[in-house]
Amino acid sequence: MVGRLLANIMYFARTLRAAGLPIGPGKVLAAVEAVRAVGIGDRNDFYWTLHAVFVNRRDQRELFDQAFHIFWRNPELLEKMMALMLPAIRSNEPGEEMSRRLAEALHAGESGQQRPRETEIEVDAAMTFSERELLQKMDFEKMSNAELAEARAAIKRMVLPLADIPTRRFAPDPRGARTDMRATLRAQLRSGDLLTLKRRRRRRRPPPLVVLCDISGSMSRYSRTFLHFMHAVTNDRDRVYTFLFGTRLTNITRFLRYKDVDIALDKVASAVEDWSGGTRIGQCLADFNRRWSRRVLGQGAVVLLITDGLDRDAGAGIGQEMDRLHKSCRRLIWLNPLLRYEGFAPKSLGMRAILPHVDEFRPVHNLESLSELVKVLSRPGSRRLEAAAAWREAG
Amino acid sequence: MTSLPASVGDTLDLLRRGNYVGDRSLATAVYLSLTLNRPLFLEGEAGVGKTEIAKVLAETLGRRLIRLQCYEGLDVASAVYEWNYSRQMIEIRLAEAGAESRDTVEEEIFSDRFLIKRPLLQALEPELGAPPVLLIDELDRTDEPFEAYLLEVLSDFQITIPELGTIKAKEPPIVVITSNRTREIHDALKRRCFYFWVDYPAAERELEILRVKAPGAAEQLSREVVAFVQKLRATNDLFKLPGVAETIDWAHALTQLDVLALTPEAINDTLGVLLKYQDDIAKIQGSEAQRLLTQVKQELASVG
Repeated sequence: MVGRLLANIMYFARTLRAAGLPIGPGKVLAAVEAVRAVGIGDRNDFYWTLHAVFVNRRDQRELFDQAFHIFWRNPELLEKMMALMLPAIRSNEPGEEMSRRLAEALHAGESGQQRPRETEIEVDAAMTFSERELLQKMDFEKMSNAELAEARAAIKRMVLPLADIPTRRFAPDPRGARTDMRATLRAQLRSGDLLTLKRRRRRRRPPPLVVLCDISGSMSRYSRTFLHFMHAVTNDRDRVYTFLFGTRLTNITRFLRYKDVDIALDKVASAVEDWSGGTRIGQCLADFNRRWSRRVLGQGAVVLLITDGLDRDAGAGIGQEMDRLHKSCRRLIWLNPLLRYEGFAPKSLGMRAILPHVDEFRPVHNLESLSELVKVLSRPGSRRLEAAAAWREAG
Repeated sequence: MTSLPASVGDTLDLLRRGNYVGDRSLATAVYLSLTLNRPLFLEGEAGVGKTEIAKVLAETLGRRLIRLQCYEGLDVASAVYEWNYSRQMIEIRLAEAGAESRDTVEEEIFSDRFLIKRPLLQALEPELGAPPVLLIDELDRTDEPFEAYLLEVLSDFQITIPELGTIKAKEPPIVVITSNRTREIHDALKRRCFYFWVDYPAAERELEILRVKAPGAAEQLSREVVAFVQKLRATNDLFKLPGVAETIDWAHALTQLDVLALTPEAINDTLGVLLKYQDDIAKIQGSEAQRLLTQVKQELASVG
């Protein structure tokens, strides 16, 4: 293969990697091999060849597409293309902006002497991304060591009000209900005459946990506690998925997997753009139902919904979306950290729309610390209506 | 047995011969997987024709299709191999009567004769003719431990049975993995595959599919069905969008009812074929269906 093309594939891979695609050296080799197999006669084939190697998830397609079209412009034409670079890359979809990550990645690539060709000016011109809304950023206080220790201890104590679910896998157990023929036969051959039945039982594992947490203005005083909690849970067990919502829905699962809580929270703080703003519960739930529910609720997940039910859209669409959410999960737990004050009554429309669709309702007042939160979650569950009634009376 | 296609164009023809109407992008991924002996990983919504690709490949290439349907708790005993315990027990009894030495018995009962081969092992077994097509269907339904096991099988195409030793495929099978994305498959597995997201087809392509798959439907009906389904997919407030399989079923259903062109009544009567959630049906049935249909008819008329 032509040396330049080879090098360019490598630089292309590096650009993609810098833009956040998980691409290792193995993939670069695979790409070269694939391009060899298909040939470079047709630009379209070339596109799909690289696509088959570099793209691993559906959401990477957009990034790949943009990167491809910027990177693989005919280098000879590049100078003449300068003017063409200015408008949006895919003009049929107005308003589409170059992915910010990609823009940054290309930019970083240019400033070092990564690519043989000088394209700095062009790419600069193409960086047309803009800030979408003026939204608040969050700065979390760093966790102290005492807090960390407390968090770990609290999470250990936490028992979600749902038993582990049986899987279809088995573990050896002398008092198990089923015989394990394979183990029995092997033991028999080892020991000789007596056939001792080996037994096994079903393995159990905790169900997946999906946390949907409200971060709007009315909830902002608890954000740190909740994030701390979510980070601790994410690192304590597998299959935990976390979403934040205010005016939009953000999946922060990957950020919370960082072991260090401060790094994790920093990442979350910079990824989420609607801290302490309004709430559009209905719309965010709809977004979740459409884009994520099938992907994360598949295996009997428990949903923990953390919100005070105060909704900017006055409860519009909440009932319907809550119903859909309730039908798609194993158990829906609503944790409501509403501050109680003199003369308070649960009149909010959002609240009334949510209440009929949850399995468990857990109000919590004066939520100060993570252990408080864990205590609330571990309490044996009372039935939804009883809890609601008790809460109303007390209020 | 047909030989493997020599180019992307050949692959496209091959799929077409098996009545599969696909895009060139798909053919590229298939071609790569065939020539470079790596699994093809197909992801997409239900009913867009992922499984069909494996079936068509097996048929047009004249290979045996071995299908492993995944489910939660899928284990080695049902995916790879199992010993035939009852026969082994009988053998032990017989051996005791014949007073054979223990070593001989052990060797005897853990031999090929007592092995029940499941799909993964079958796919690696040397046999007459060319390697088979191994379809690992709906991988997202199984759990992470099985995925990890699969990783080992798919990278070396070999399986180790402690009692027997390692079985290695002479020629690796053609592997097609599908996923409906009810959970994310680990990157480590995807990395070993050629990935392709099977999307809903564009109107033109869908019409072509319908002509092949539902040749009995009137031309006018097919056009309207496709345009209507495309409209539904564009509305974006349905919980489950109809896939290509639903489009084909719908065309079949309407043809059975002797419908030659869509009417609001015909849509209302048969909407259950297209949409599978009551909320979605309630949303579309009646006035919304009528509105979409009017749009469809107008657009088709303006095109000519």
